[in-house]
Amino acid sequence: MQATEARAPAATREMFYNEALGDALRLEMQRDERVIVIGEDIAEHGGAFQVTAGLLDKFGPTRIRQTPISEIGIVGAAVGAALTGLRPVVELMYVDFAGLAMDQIVNQAAQNRFMFGGQARVPMVLRTQGGSGRGNAAQHSKSLEAWFAHIAGLKLVMPSTPADAKGLLTAAIRDDNPVIFLEHKLLYRTKGPVPEGEHVVPLGQADVKRAGTDLTIVTWSREVLFSLDAAAKLADEGIAAEVVDVRTLVPLDLETILGSVRKTHRLLVVHEAIKRGGYGAEIAALVAEEAFDDLDAAPKRLAGLETPIPYAQHLEKSVVPQVDDIVRAAKELVG
Amino acid sequence: MSVIDRATALELYRVMRTIRGFEERATQLFGENKIWGTIHSYAGEEAIAAGVCAHLRDDDWITSTHRGHGHCIAKGADLGKMFAELLGRETGYCRGRGGSMHIADTSKGNLGANGIVGGGIPIATGAALTAKQLGTDQVAVSFFGDGAVNQGTFHESLNLAAIWKLPAVYVCENNQYAESLPVKRAFAVEDIAKRAEGYGMPGMHVDGRDVRAVHAAAGEAVARARAGKGPTFIVADSYRHEGHYYGDPRKYQTKDEIEGWRKQFDPIADARAWIVADKVASAAELDGIDREIATAIDRSVAWADQGPLASPIKLPEDVYASD
Ligand SMILES: Cc1ncc(C[n+]2csc(CCOP(=O)(O)OP(=O)(O)O)c2C)c(N)n1
Ligand SMILES: [Mg+2]
Repeated sequence: MQATEARAPAATREMFYNEALGDALRLEMQRDERVIVIGEDIAEHGGAFQVTAGLLDKFGPTRIRQTPISEIGIVGAAVGAALTGLRPVVELMYVDFAGLAMDQIVNQAAQNRFMFGGQARVPMVLRTQGGSGRGNAAQHSKSLEAWFAHIAGLKLVMPSTPADAKGLLTAAIRDDNPVIFLEHKLLYRTKGPVPEGEHVVPLGQADVKRAGTDLTIVTWSREVLFSLDAAAKLADEGIAAEVVDVRTLVPLDLETILGSVRKTHRLLVVHEAIKRGGYGAEIAALVAEEAFDDLDAAPKRLAGLETPIPYAQHLEKSVVPQVDDIVRAAKELVG
Repeated sequence: MSVIDRATALELYRVMRTIRGFEERATQLFGENKIWGTIHSYAGEEAIAAGVCAHLRDDDWITSTHRGHGHCIAKGADLGKMFAELLGRETGYCRGRGGSMHIADTSKGNLGANGIVGGGIPIATGAALTAKQLGTDQVAVSFFGDGAVNQGTFHESLNLAAIWKLPAVYVCENNQYAESLPVKRAFAVEDIAKRAEGYGMPGMHVDGRDVRAVHAAAGEAVARARAGKGPTFIVADSYRHEGHYYGDPRKYQTKDEIEGWRKQFDPIADARAWIVADKVASAAELDGIDREIATAIDRSVAWADQGPLASPIKLPEDVYASD
């Protein structure tokens, strides 16, 4: 099993998730002048979610390159820049806008290396954010990780904590492949200890956020926080849930998941995205294929309903897994 | 019209003739079932790739299209490796993974043919951004068809290049058709080059049959880009001699048009005529060049044909780069 990565005894500082992301950008831009940030409203405004706040003053308008509203133009320019020697980080304001840029993501960035017989590298990061919980309704609240997970050639990262956000973004920027980096809009104002200075969390390593013996909850992004809250409630009732935060969906750290399931014999996958065709199905299937004999119950998925995200607050909550939903599903699985 | 010196004239002729020879042989190989999939012939449009790429260095970049053989050759690619790619060999540019529509030669700055109409336009824009960002004097040229001008990527890319004053040249090869759709039915504007004005960049409209005209216009545009003065949009009128793809029944064209225009719009025949008339070189000299090219093509096909079949796909390294 993968333990939490060995952290240097670096000093930590309490930071918001968006600050931690900005910290990673700042450090990587200082370290490597080929790193540029490109996107809408990222300059004086500091980005729609204040991730790039302060970077314009430090790095100027050529490296914090603010663009008109041109999603496919921006992503395509990043692909071209990455092919020719820069390491661009794109900020796409909402993952819901990815449809506008999808050709450059799927047909160009993801496949250039393969199509060119290995002649090319596309070291770019596409940062964007998704998820519900802010009343932004159907066109600004989706969780679309399954779209990207299905494309060969992309890596896919979904951090849940400020420290992971910083460490994973650093690793993503240093990676020589196109990395889709999906943040969650309701995580930006969550706080946590973040190592100061250089902090790298390698892609492809899950993190056991809470140890337990009775069932394994595999999850990512904001549902990690919900799952941890659920695990605390379950503990009060004598159920020890282990919470595995996959952190990177591609590449996936299957070893850590299997290790946990072999210990607990029960798997619950939790995600905000719609259940049908969701990435949870992939994890459930992998576990069934690889660890069927270790399971005491069929793998279970708890995920979003098959609906666009509704606007009204109570409705919005009703379509994605909440803490009590996780508690209930865990009890059913264990009981 | 700028005067072209003898060496340049003969080099332009050589490149055009090589492209034509390549396309003729590729067509033949397709007919013999040695090439499969889809190929799009550039025959008839050679003056554009030749005239533009004559101004480019190996470290300048281009993005190309589904009709990409001509750009690839004009940018200095090896014919053997191109044929090998079409034949699905390990020795091909893309080790048989790409094929005609994805040939790239990054060593010569060719960032790839592209199976997506308009797909290369933002990529060239990004390459030009790299040059600007790193402070080099490299230039990026995007080739695309008339069909691509109506894609969103054209609009977004030209605007970005204009506001950022990028060293980019956008070359529309107006071969009168996007697959079966005639240009007249795709544009309400008479002169496509006028669109440049809307982006705040110069637009040039040239006779894409006349390699001298293309050479002169591209010379200005590339110099402008290299000097940091920003992008240019060039529209070069031409005509594709073959169907949209190998095997196209061409139901959207009349026989008269095909036969008449093929003769009327032949940049290579035109170039021969003025080279001889202006006494730049004799017909015999040009025949000599033709023979050299024919031999080179024979040799390239023979070399390609001896190459091993493309190796099995290896995962993850074929798909993902490692450090
Ligand atoms: C995005 C996209 N839409 C449609 C096609 C199918 N298609 C391939 S080539 C082509 C016509 C392109 O016309 P043009 O840009 O003028 O280039 P030409 O073939 O004339 O060189 C079409 C419609 C495609 N490859 N990509
Ligand atoms: Mg056309």
